[in-house]
Amino acid sequence: MKNVGIVIVSHSPKVAEGTADMVRQMVGEEVPLAWCGGNPDGGLGTQVGAIMEAIDRAWSEAGVAVLVDLGGAETNSEMAIEMIGGPRASRIVICNAPIVEGAVMAATEASGGASLKEVVATAHELAPA
Amino acid sequence: MTMDATAMSKIDLPALIDAVADTISEHADELTALDQAIGDGDHGLNMKRGFEAVRAESAALAGQPLPEVLRAIGTKLVMTVGGASGPLFGTLFMSIGKELPTEPSRADLAAALAKAISAVAARGKSQAGQKTMLDVLYPVQAAVAAGKSPGDVADVADGAAEATKPLKAIRGRASFLGDRSIGHVDPGARSSALIVRAVAKVMEHSA
Repeated sequence: MKNVGIVIVSHSPKVAEGTADMVRQMVGEEVPLAWCGGNPDGGLGTQVGAIMEAIDRAWSEAGVAVLVDLGGAETNSEMAIEMIGGPRASRIVICNAPIVEGAVMAATEASGGASLKEVVATAHELAPA
Repeated sequence: MTMDATAMSKIDLPALIDAVADTISEHADELTALDQAIGDGDHGLNMKRGFEAVRAESAALAGQPLPEVLRAIGTKLVMTVGGASGPLFGTLFMSIGKELPTEPSRADLAAALAKAISAVAARGKSQAGQKTMLDVLYPVQAAVAAGKSPGDVADVADGAAEATKPLKAIRGRASFLGDRSIGHVDPGARSSALIVRAVAKVMEHSA
């Protein structure tokens, strides 16, 4: 797949999966897409290992845009990118955007073959000023 | 009594890991209660899960050099704690391990702590005075650098954790509460002080 991949990271697996469902329905199958959410005990939270696996599943040579919900999701995503390391880490970007709208807009942009930079910029336009 | 290279290289690593895991597990309910007051109420459970996972590796870690053990502890915490505490406490241990020589002097420890605390601050995009674990770690580093005994360093940590009570949270989930975060001890500051106390006790016994 040469289109940019999208990863959705929420504290809630239901929010993450539901967001992914919306992306699939609105954007289709043209974009590599993965989600993760919840802690190891089945409660709310985010995990570095699960984020690393989701990035693997959505991996594209064009890069991956990550959409997150609250603070811990961002910190854990930053840690996951650092642990992936190497040349791949520079092609994974966390978007500053609301998770649902950001995922749909980023995926829409990605489905047209846009670069990682363009995909991220589109998501960032949704960030509160 | 002071810490020196001899004391640090003689440290009983399984005892150290047990002491930290014990105190976190014993105080899990208290940490969760603190987090319910100003956060999302999972700090005690998350930290307990992380340090019990570290304890499970204790035998395998025992024969390895101190820096390797600290790095392994940090990685384990990152992968098992969940929540933002995983990367924050994980970064602390991983960075100390990265900076520390195999047979560290007190100056080495102070220098490694300083670098590790900077790494935690960068990871959390935070600084001193924002009602976080940093408000305990900075004074602890200063106390170690000043040559204080392990017991005195632990007292500094306890005092610093208590001193987060009147602060207003600016970082993390507690910042959503604004002024309502005032009047509660920060859970990350409290767990940092618990860890420092446990490490200090083991160091006193090894000296």
